[in-house]
Amino acid sequence: MIPAHLKTDLEQRVAAAVTNREAAVDVMKALQRHYGWLTDEALDEASQLLKMSPLQVEELATFYEMIYRRPVGRHVVHVCDSISCWASGGETLLESLANLLNIECGSTTPDGAVTLLPCSCLGNCGEAPCMMVGEKQYGRVTLEMGAEIVAALRNNSLGISATS
Amino acid sequence: MEQILFKHTRHGRCLPFDEYRSTGGFEALAKALSEMAPADVQQQVIDSGLRGRGGAGFPTGRKWSFVPRNLAGPRYLICNSDEMEPGTYKDRMLLERNPHLLIEGMALACYALGVQHAFIFVRHGYEQAAENLRHAIAAAHRSGFLGSNILGSTFSLELDVHQSAGRYICGEETALINALEGIRANPRAKPPFPAIKGLWGQPTVVNNVETLANIPAIITNGPLWWKNTAAIPEAAGTKLFCISGHVVNTDCFELPLGMTLGEIIDGPCGGMRPGSRFKACIPGGASTPFFTNAHRDVPMDFDPVAKAGSRLGTGGIIVFDQTTCMVAVTLNLIRFFARESCGWCTPCREGLPFVRHTLERIESGRGEAQDIDILREHVQMLNYAFCALAPGAMGPVEGLLNHFEDELLEHIAERRCPLTGDRAVADRTG
Ligand SMILES: Cc1cc2nc3c(=O)[nH]c(=O)nc-3n(C[C@H](O)[C@H](O)[C@H](O)COP(=O)(O)O)c2cc1C
Ligand code: SF4
Ligand code: FES
Repeated sequence: MIPAHLKTDLEQRVAAAVTNREAAVDVMKALQRHYGWLTDEALDEASQLLKMSPLQVEELATFYEMIYRRPVGRHVVHVCDSISCWASGGETLLESLANLLNIECGSTTPDGAVTLLPCSCLGNCGEAPCMMVGEKQYGRVTLEMGAEIVAALRNNSLGISATS
Repeated sequence: MEQILFKHTRHGRCLPFDEYRSTGGFEALAKALSEMAPADVQQQVIDSGLRGRGGAGFPTGRKWSFVPRNLAGPRYLICNSDEMEPGTYKDRMLLERNPHLLIEGMALACYALGVQHAFIFVRHGYEQAAENLRHAIAAAHRSGFLGSNILGSTFSLELDVHQSAGRYICGEETALINALEGIRANPRAKPPFPAIKGLWGQPTVVNNVETLANIPAIITNGPLWWKNTAAIPEAAGTKLFCISGHVVNTDCFELPLGMTLGEIIDGPCGGMRPGSRFKACIPGGASTPFFTNAHRDVPMDFDPVAKAGSRLGTGGIIVFDQTTCMVAVTLNLIRFFARESCGWCTPCREGLPFVRHTLERIESGRGEAQDIDILREHVQMLNYAFCALAPGAMGPVEGLLNHFEDELLEHIAERRCPLTGDRAVADRTG
C-alpha cells in the first residue's frame, strides 16, 4: 500500500491533468519510485488512481524501457549500448561490470543489491561511454570508475552509505 | 562565429533568469506582443527560411501555416524534446544551459498560432533539463511572461512539462501525441496531419527544441539577419552539431549551417585523435547513411547532404577511425532500431530482426554471398513500413551497401571479421 501523502499527491496530479490518462506515466513512475518496480499491487493502485483498467495500465507499462514490470535490485545500473558509446568501449564496460558483479547482463545480484541492464542512448554521447544508476547519469566512465560506482552501490547494501 | 543558441553558454551552469532578462531575454516576446500581429510573427519565421531541427528539416513557418485559423476549440503546441536518436544530445545541452530561450521561443510560437496551452515532452534521463524547465517556467510566470494576459495583452499561455519513460518511437510526432495522451505510443496514420487533427483531436504543431529556441533571435534581429548567419547563401541560420566518436573534441558546437564536413572535423572537432585516421562518419544521427572521405567537402546543410545521399538529420555527427568495422557499426545501429521498433506493423517488427540476424551472421563469419542481396532487398522493402522509423533504420544499411560493399564481401570471403577477428558476436536480442 502506498502512504497517504503519496496517494494525495497522485490524486492531485490526476485531477490537474487534461484527461486522467495524461497522468499515467507520472503515476507509474511515482509508484515505481516507491516500490522499486511496478508491482502487481502498484499496477492495481495505478489503475484505481487513473480510472483505467489494469490491462490499459499494463499496456502502457510494458511499452516503456524504464518501467520495470519485473523485480529489480535496489539499484538499477543501465549501461548505454548505442553507437557512440559502443565506439568508445561501452561493450567492454558492460562486460567488465557483469564480471565484477558476477552476473549475466539482465539479471540481479543474489543479495538483491544491483540489477545490470543495457539501455538505449542516454543522450550523453559526447561523454561516451555512459551509464545511469537510477536517475543519475555518469559520463566518460572508465573501467575503474565503473568498478568504483558498483562497489559503492554494493557497500550501500551492506549498510555503508554510498558516495553517489 | 555567431552564437545565437549558445550565446549565454558557460560550461557547467544554467543561465539564471535575471541574467537572461538583463541581456535582452523576453524582449522579442515584448516586441511581438506590442508591435506585431500573430500573422506577422509567422511571416517572419517563413521569411527567415528556418527549417525544423528535429530531423526532417520541414520549413517551420510553412508547418505553422497548415493550422486552420478560425476553428473553435483549443489548439496545441508540443515541443519535442524526446531526443533519443543515438549520437544526438544537442537539445539536452540547450536545456541544461538556457531553458529560458526555449520558453520565449514557445511563447512566440504560441502567439503566432493562437495556442494557449503547450507541452514540452522531455525524454527519460533528462532530469536536469526537466528541472531547469520547471524553474524557468515558474520564473517566467512570476515576471508575467506566462499565465493570463501576458504583459497586459490579450494573449495567455500555460506551459506543462511531460516526462517520458524511455522509448525512441515517442519522438515520432504522432506517436508522441499518443504518448502525451497516455496511449501506447504507436504512430498514427497520416493524414490527417497533426496540424489538422492532433492532440485530443485538435490542431497541433510539433516542433523540436532547437527549432523553437531560434524564434526569439528571428524576431529580435529580423529574418534576414538570422538567415545570413549561415555559411552559404542557400542555407539559413546556425545549427547545433553534436559530435561523438574518434575525434579530439566530442562536444556540441553551434556552427553556421553550410560549413563542410571537413571544416567541422578539422576545426571545432580538433581533428582525429592521435593514432586515428578518418574512415567514415554518420552525418546526422543514427538513422542517416554513412559519409566517407569522399564527402569531406559536402556543405553540412539540408539539401547538399541529401544530394550527397544522406540526411542532415539531427546534426549528430559520429566519427569512426580506421580500426572500426563498418559491418559491426551497422549491426549496432540495427540492434538499436530492432529493439526500439514499436511493433505496430509487420515489415518493421519482423524485418528489422531479420536484418539484424543477417548482419550478425556476416560479422561472425557465417555470411553467404546472397546475404548482400537480402540486405539490398530489405532496404527497399522497409520503405513500406507504417512510419519513418524503419526506413530510417535502413539508412545505415544502405550506406554500408553503397560505400563498404568490399568490406561486406571481405567478411564473407574470409569467413571472419577482418578487423575484430574471430571474436564471437553475441546474439543479443535486447
Ligand atoms: C522514429 C522517429 C523518432 C523521432 N525522434 C525525434 C526526436 O527525438 N526529437 C525531434 O525533435 N524529432 C524527432 N522526430 C521527428 C518528428 O517526427 C518531427 O518531425 C519533429 O519533431 C518536428 O519538429 P521540427 O519541424 O521542428 O523539426 C522523430 C521522427 C521519427 C520517425
Ligand atoms: S515502422 Fe516500426 S516503429 Fe513505425 S509503426 Fe511500424 S513497427 Fe512501429
Ligand atoms: S550513444 Fe551512449 S549516450 Fe548516446
